[in-house]
Amino acid sequence: MTVLKHFVALCALLLLAGCASLQSSASPQDPYEPINRKVDVFNQFVDTMFLKPAARAYVAVAPAAVQVGVGNFFGNIGDGYSFVNSLLQGKHEKASGDLSRVFVNTFFGFGGLVDLGTPLGYERGEEDFGQTLGHYGMKSGPFLMLPLFGPSSVRDAAGLLPNFAFDPVSKLASSASANNTLRALRILDTRAALLPTEALLQSAALDRYTFLRSAYLQRRQNLVYDGKPPKDD
Amino acid sequence: MKKVVSGVVLSFSMMSAVVFGQVAPDAQVKAVTSEVTALLKTDPSIPNSPTKLASVIEGKLAPNFNFNRMAQLAMGRNWAKASPEQQQVLTGEFKNLLVRTYSGALSNYRNNSVDFKPLRMQPTDTDVTVKTLVQSGGSPIPIDYSMEKVGDSWKAYDVIVGGVSLVTNYREEFNNIVRDAGVDGLIKQLQQKNKG
Repeated sequence: MTVLKHFVALCALLLLAGCASLQSSASPQDPYEPINRKVDVFNQFVDTMFLKPAARAYVAVAPAAVQVGVGNFFGNIGDGYSFVNSLLQGKHEKASGDLSRVFVNTFFGFGGLVDLGTPLGYERGEEDFGQTLGHYGMKSGPFLMLPLFGPSSVRDAAGLLPNFAFDPVSKLASSASANNTLRALRILDTRAALLPTEALLQSAALDRYTFLRSAYLQRRQNLVYDGKPPKDD
Repeated sequence: MKKVVSGVVLSFSMMSAVVFGQVAPDAQVKAVTSEVTALLKTDPSIPNSPTKLASVIEGKLAPNFNFNRMAQLAMGRNWAKASPEQQQVLTGEFKNLLVRTYSGALSNYRNNSVDFKPLRMQPTDTDVTVKTLVQSGGSPIPIDYSMEKVGDSWKAYDVIVGGVSLVTNYREEFNNIVRDAGVDGLIKQLQQKNKG
């Protein structure tokens, strides 16, 4: 059900973005800038009201070891995604590294709570479905500011769909309430990790939106090409 | 993004040390890194003291950057639209903005180790990229320094953290502001930002 909900929401958004495409914009990579900026205002409102205070409380209250464990736990799931995507992109060495990492952390790191993979030399996996699409030649497409999810692109938004469809978090616990707790914890973990970045962004950017967009597009381009993007793309 | 932040922190702490005579660019980055990390270790109160932080940044880090070139690159084709006086003011304000941002980033500093990738360069090269890898938690952050030779020493004119180039990131912002408000408008916005 939730998969369907996410899918409908995303389709609605893309449709909305499509409607806005008639607007002119200065950045060729961001034809939907007017609507993206509105979404960004909405996101910031939700963030200021709910997410940021919750994340701050989490950082203040939860013991450091708990925060690290939670981060490792969700990181382990991310490594699983990375394994699948490394495989899809034919990067066998990376895939085997990702798999070793998931294996070690899951079975010897208490289900992913402890990160034993890093000291053993297995770096955290960074592949995702958006990058897999990029690997097979799909261009980033217009920049999108997704409601609640933040900066994205048409390609990366499409890459989110499999994540919703195969989200292991929704299958981990037996009860709906436990699943919701896990989801909430994941949101807290993600948001808390962004707290220092946000302070930097505040300080560095004259126009937060443009700064964020530029950094996002550069970062994704870099990830798709595994750190070696072609010049002047 | 979290990685990128700690990367920026580290990237800044790497660029220090007054360099005498001719030093290879990667050796210079290495020297600066160890000097600043040593400073932070001996006096852990530095990140929380604005005055100490300012003196570390001005004394150790800033001399290793070519802020004029950075401002020029961030301005792109708009640089030519600015008068020499405007260019000078822009450089100063841009420097202030970067220093302020880095002061904030430095206060998040944690003990991370830095690996240096071997630098392949010819003795005659005057423009090189020093590649480093900062170890932080699960995934290392690549930080590259674009450096050029100025006289006898090397100065950085761009920092690329996880593929995000600092000057490129500012270029679009600056371009939009110059388009809407002119060079003076950009100067005014930078001054306001630095005062706030």
